[in-house]
Amino acid sequence: MSNFKVFTNGIIKENPTFVMVLGTCPVLAITTTGFNGVGMGLATAFVLVLSNIIISILKNYIPDKVRIAVFITIIATCVSVVELLMKAYTPELYKSLGIFIPLIVVNCLVLGRAEAFAQKRGVWASALDGLGMGLGFTLALTLISIVREILGNGSIFGFPFLPAEADKILLFILPPGAFLTYGLLFAVMNALKRKANI
Amino acid sequence: MESTLKNMVLSLTLISMAMVAGLGFVYELTKDTIAKAEKQKEVSAVKDVLPSFDNNPIAEMKEIDGLTFYPAKKNGQSVGCAVKTFTNKAFSGRFDLMVGFLADGTIKTIVVLEQKETPGLGAKMTEPKFKNQFNGKNPAQFSLLVKKDGGKVDAISAATISSRAFCDGVQKAYDLYMKNFVHSTSGEAAKSDSTAVKGGTHE
Repeated sequence: MSNFKVFTNGIIKENPTFVMVLGTCPVLAITTTGFNGVGMGLATAFVLVLSNIIISILKNYIPDKVRIAVFITIIATCVSVVELLMKAYTPELYKSLGIFIPLIVVNCLVLGRAEAFAQKRGVWASALDGLGMGLGFTLALTLISIVREILGNGSIFGFPFLPAEADKILLFILPPGAFLTYGLLFAVMNALKRKANI
Repeated sequence: MESTLKNMVLSLTLISMAMVAGLGFVYELTKDTIAKAEKQKEVSAVKDVLPSFDNNPIAEMKEIDGLTFYPAKKNGQSVGCAVKTFTNKAFSGRFDLMVGFLADGTIKTIVVLEQKETPGLGAKMTEPKFKNQFNGKNPAQFSLLVKKDGGKVDAISAATISSRAFCDGVQKAYDLYMKNFVHSTSGEAAKSDSTAVKGGTHE
């Protein structure tokens, strides 16, 4: 697989949210506003790239039987780094994402890429894989959160396009709206994919 | 790679140590910026909870018994005080509140600064439905206890411990505010004396 294919793999063909259905907890929980979606996606992408790089560098020094423990140690460190950086430079975003930033540790997408890709491949390919997967995740989160924000809050990235007194479909900001939006977008994605024969 | 006890212990130990070192480095790097961001949050909370004022409460802050007081004045007259208070009785240890009092001890607004309570239960104390019930109430008449304990506060359902802790934090702020700022308004000297003594016993 060429490097370019490794990169685009995560965005389209094996999109973590719409194809592999990995790490759906943050997908459903935090996609209430566009900013949350982008922020969570980029934080996860950062963790993916960093942990993929470290794991691919260390892959020859990790005994098979303890590899999961080592991966989790590395991933937890990366997540703590992201947490500290967000606390320092984007405190507002950190506050609105709350508990879901530390929970990236248990996002199976991150461990999944370590296990399926980074422990077998070189540093450069692993970094690209992490970036592709992270961007695919970010795009999916952004898409879902924009739909939910438009329908439930009448705004796009915080800019309201409806008057404040207009009726909005509050359901879409609430948890059931997450499932509805996710399911419907999933159907649209599958239809598009069938048409394009991917 | 083949796993033996020796290489498993060695690789886990070394990798954990390297990760801890890296994390420590980032912590040192971001420590000051985080402290500054938190201070910023406190300053904006002070403005949120106080009535209109024309002095600089941040410059006039006083620390008494671990609580921080930001007195607000208008034309030299005390109009109230923002108190950064805390409780150790919360479900997950400690949380910090910023309580705004008017000059007579009436609660104006409360802002939750930092909390780790359970999302969906205790964390509901950040929602207006719970914390706005204190607005405009004077703890002298409005007993700061949950209804179960004979007070007047509507507890969050299924989170009585967090609600009690919230009351505890507010009560502590109220008691110290009344003791150090309100009852001694007769003389400026007496007031600064009592705070000086209090400040001395702290730590």
